[in-house]
Amino acid sequence: MTDLMLKGKAIKLGDNISTDDIIPGRFAHLRSNLPELARHVLEDTAPEFASRVRALSAAGEGKAMLVAGKNLGLGSSREHAPVVIKMSGVGAILAKSAARIFFRNAINQGLPVLLCDTDKIGDGDELEINLTGGMIANLTSGITLNCSKMPPIMSAILEEGGLIPYIQKHKGFVIIS
Amino acid sequence: MGKTLAEKILSLKSHGEAKAGDVVIADVDLAFVQDTTGPLTIRQFKESGFEALAKPQQTIIFLDHAAPSPAQQLSNDHILLRCFAGETGCRIYEVGEGICHQLIAEQFANPGDVILGSDSHTVTAGALGAFATGMGSSDVAVALALGKTWFRVPESFLIELKGVFPRGVYAKDLILYLIGQIGADGANYKALEFGGEALAQMTMPQRLTIANMAVEAGAKVGLFPGDEITQDFLIGHGRGDNYKPLYPDAEANYEQVIPVNLDQLEPMLSLPHAVNNVRPVTQVKGVKIQQAFIGTCTNGRLEDLAVAAEILKGKKRHPGTRLLIAPASRQVLIRAIKKGYIQSLIEAGAIILPPGCAACLGLHQGVLGDGEVCLSTANRNFKGRMGNPEAMVYLASPATAAASVIRGEITDPREVT
Repeated sequence: MTDLMLKGKAIKLGDNISTDDIIPGRFAHLRSNLPELARHVLEDTAPEFASRVRALSAAGEGKAMLVAGKNLGLGSSREHAPVVIKMSGVGAILAKSAARIFFRNAINQGLPVLLCDTDKIGDGDELEINLTGGMIANLTSGITLNCSKMPPIMSAILEEGGLIPYIQKHKGFVIIS
Repeated sequence: MGKTLAEKILSLKSHGEAKAGDVVIADVDLAFVQDTTGPLTIRQFKESGFEALAKPQQTIIFLDHAAPSPAQQLSNDHILLRCFAGETGCRIYEVGEGICHQLIAEQFANPGDVILGSDSHTVTAGALGAFATGMGSSDVAVALALGKTWFRVPESFLIELKGVFPRGVYAKDLILYLIGQIGADGANYKALEFGGEALAQMTMPQRLTIANMAVEAGAKVGLFPGDEITQDFLIGHGRGDNYKPLYPDAEANYEQVIPVNLDQLEPMLSLPHAVNNVRPVTQVKGVKIQQAFIGTCTNGRLEDLAVAAEILKGKKRHPGTRLLIAPASRQVLIRAIKKGYIQSLIEAGAIILPPGCAACLGLHQGVLGDGEVCLSTANRNFKGRMGNPEAMVYLASPATAAASVIRGEITDPREVT
């Protein structure tokens, strides 16, 4: 089951972060060694990302929230991209928009992706996320952000903690109208 | 209400009425994985407790991305995939057979099929009228076991094509131009559907190049109708019986209609490090290149090698360049040998790589050095794409790549033909 209330701090990235940025193809030989692969998350684009996520966890300040601009995760279908983000310790992804396959992959991994106006979030801002209501409270600025709704089938997959637990429970897809 | 191609196929495959915005559960006719996403797919499949495939003969493993393997870990991934094929009875295409998307087009895709691959360029088969889309390992793992997946039925953009390609201008230039117009996310979650009078002269290899890059505008699918050209292609590949006509309804509803007159296009390039960073070649020519790469699921077909061979015949690559050629499949390589293209290319200084993804994604066979520039016929030029974040990748047609490798700088192909 995915936690429905999350608290943590924003780590901001820009627009158009591709899956090649998140985990470059040159590390393809590490894809069957996910802990090792995760050490290279965003290595070329945001070299300090992994250490900042670790520092937040170590300081007991909640989970790091990856806050991006538009079209996050464009490119390859490699599910390793959300896998390494989650393994690095990120609790949720916030973006203005996310590429189709990446969005679905993250939800399938039980990693929440919330689409909202991330211009209203600054680097290091303290965030409280209510997944059920699709609301983000920016505790630093006092602003509350509404997130766009995902199809109910995706919410159900996320609530179960990802596609595999969802399928194990339901033995198939269930359309909720 | 009339239906788009996307609504038609998903209605048929979900056994109901599928309208844009609906969520449906659809039958999957063909599901495949490749060697860099397949191992995770198999682990997800096993972790889910699945043992059998829903459709073993319509499940395919392709060993094409690391082909042949440059690292022991990838060799072990290949062993895992071969064992899975042995256990489940699915099909497997070995190292050297070619790129998954080319083999799907040559041997499997039909109008109206739903095809799922754990590779974003699965959209290529939309050229044959298949609702073909890329998904991640978990989704494909579940589709392998259930023979079904869920879709949100996409809204469609109609790309209405008229005119003919001028000399020196190719399908690649059209799709680069379109991505420049639409943007890297302008068609996110949407279907790009191609129509208009120009389709009557648009060959299957051209359609495959165009459909292949639909995902670079964010699209879920890039769909062509099933028409006489589709039928001829299927007959030519021994599956004419699989042809069925597939057209959108005249009164179908499109979110946008984008008209393009091919007569007015010119050779185009994507500049580093974004596919939608598109300019005409005339504005960029003169940039020095160290490598040209002709191949991939975008432009590694016989017709692409023919264009390159014609330009390079009797000429030499510039001494400061490497010229890499990777045929998209074994069949392409054999035909290119018979036609004499390979000899022309080798005499011009080309290195012929095995059929497969080769240098495209930066894991072997042509990794770039710091500050180097590659002119590639592939579909992506993201930072680090060809194995080095300090290198630069420009995307263009095989003609532009061939012309540029002669001069050692980005060159308008109309100047050398």
